[in-house]
Amino acid sequence: MPTTSSVPEGAILRLIVRNHPGVMSHICGLFSRRSFNLDGIICVPLADAARSEMLLMVKDDARLAQLILQLQKLHDVIEVHPAPAMREAFDNLAGLLR
Amino acid sequence: MKLNGAELVIAMLQRHGISIVAGIPGGASLPLYDALGKSSVRHVLARHEQGAGFIAQGMARATGHAAVCLGTSGPGATNLLTAIADAKLDSIPIVAITAQVPRKMIGTDAFQEIDTYGLTLPITKHNFQVRSGAELAEVVPEAFRIAISGRPGPVAVDIPKDVLTEAVEIESLPEPARRDRPPSIGRDDLTRAADLINSAQRPMLLIGAGVIAAEASGDLIRLMEKASIPAAATLLGLGALPSEHPLFAGMVGMHAARYTNLLLEECDLLIGIGIRFDDRATGKAAEFCPRAQILHVDIDPSELGKIKNPSLGIMSDAGQFLRAILLMIARKSRLDWMRHLEMLRARYPLMMPGIADPLRPYGIIRYAAELLPRDAIVATDVGQHQMWVAQAYPFSSPRQFLTSGGLGTMGFGLPAAIGAALAMPDRTVVCFSGDGSLLMNIQELATAAEENVNVKIVLLNNERLGLVRQQQQLFYGERFCASEFRSRTDFVAIARGFNLDAVDLGRVEDPIAALSEALETPGPCLIHVPIDAEENVYPMVPPGGANRDMIGGEA
Repeated sequence: MPTTSSVPEGAILRLIVRNHPGVMSHICGLFSRRSFNLDGIICVPLADAARSEMLLMVKDDARLAQLILQLQKLHDVIEVHPAPAMREAFDNLAGLLR
Repeated sequence: MKLNGAELVIAMLQRHGISIVAGIPGGASLPLYDALGKSSVRHVLARHEQGAGFIAQGMARATGHAAVCLGTSGPGATNLLTAIADAKLDSIPIVAITAQVPRKMIGTDAFQEIDTYGLTLPITKHNFQVRSGAELAEVVPEAFRIAISGRPGPVAVDIPKDVLTEAVEIESLPEPARRDRPPSIGRDDLTRAADLINSAQRPMLLIGAGVIAAEASGDLIRLMEKASIPAAATLLGLGALPSEHPLFAGMVGMHAARYTNLLLEECDLLIGIGIRFDDRATGKAAEFCPRAQILHVDIDPSELGKIKNPSLGIMSDAGQFLRAILLMIARKSRLDWMRHLEMLRARYPLMMPGIADPLRPYGIIRYAAELLPRDAIVATDVGQHQMWVAQAYPFSSPRQFLTSGGLGTMGFGLPAAIGAALAMPDRTVVCFSGDGSLLMNIQELATAAEENVNVKIVLLNNERLGLVRQQQQLFYGERFCASEFRSRTDFVAIARGFNLDAVDLGRVEDPIAALSEALETPGPCLIHVPIDAEENVYPMVPPGGANRDMIGGEA
């Protein structure tokens, strides 16, 4: 399938997380200690401020299912869903940063 | 009610049934100790925070209930880390409470300030830094709920000193946490699991710590007996079944009896319950149970398919699964498979050279087991002695065997044994240790003497790091680098220096009589057993090898 995306290929995951100072460490720490790939991350607080929405761009390989299970185990992660349509967010951000 | 943060913490610990905590006080934790001193909670003063962490683990492993350890900020927290990490790898519910420098000093490199939150993040099930007195009322019960729910594990709670002294006004103490109800199992999954079991010719169970955590031993035995399925255990699954049960097939893996690994080689269905396919159990994972379909049941869904792709993976509490499946499986006698089990067990048994000699590894374990009460709790350290005990001790009940499996932490045994003895004062606790391991937390002899716990340390002393030496002998061309302690240590004198009774079985006329007397005298005691440096643990699967390729231990 041809792609017009300007960012690397990969799976996009959409997370709802508890919004507190440690949550980013919990998520990034999971990636480094289990040697999963993390290519991009976007985080925006939700309207209620107690939760944030996070988009992760990750490598789409055989370990993706295990990665999702590990993310679901984190206490501060409320929901995890694959969200291929959200690739646009990374494209737009890449455009802004360039 | 009006109280300060520290008093609130202690009151909530009591509400969670905590009557004993282990720790060491320091500057930042003084408010907590002030509240502790005014309460009825018993504080056990460890001599190193790692000891406190393992004392809590010993209480938790022996009872199944969450236990608590305390450390101050900075080095108090860093010293706890090994015990917390050990609890994570073995899924043990402990709540580690650390004090932190006051909120306004966080981030200034204050005296005894360290990023405890950052340090505990990767080694806990979850961790908290509490940011206000009011938050304590939410965080403490939540910490207990997380520690005991689902797959248990350690939770760290870091509390700044000024949160401990902050005045808090609450209407009443929050309700103590309860274990979350386990998820229910889908009907289709149960039907498929029952089909797999009913159609298998040579099914094997492999049971792990999840069976013990779920208190599912009775359900397990009913399944085994109804469907004639033998069960091997992982290191942490030992005790889930009485070792004399005719369908018990021994410990699997790197130091399994030959017949155990051979049975797993031949089974056509592996039913793994509460296990995580650890590499010390599976050997080379790709060649583990090569002829078998796999039915994997675990409360942690991320374990299903992590190492081995199962034919069917079911997220469930072990007991819940066993009770449900029992009603759906056919009663079978599987005579051929039973005969094969007996044939393999007779032809390839665990060989225990020196079983009649109390100054040899299998001999001292056998005599100690014969002289100890049947319900004695058995703790070990890590190394050769741990594997000899795992192979040879006749375990009869769950939570009887306390050992560091996943992290393999030398220094675990003595403080864990102290914790078990504190939690179970009516039981005798024996701690098999080695000289290398005992030295790693030997300061806890002082704690054992102070608390007068009924802990018998059986020290197998080969003046070596024996399992390191064994691997150097077998796999590194007998180049023995750094595995010998060249300066001799007088452990009997050391134990006496800590006010313990001590006996050297190598220097008495009748070692069995001396052992018997030491085990029967109440209170802590060190029993020194000199062991030949050439004693090795066999069979042994070379690290990275397949379980069928065992070295030594032939009949």
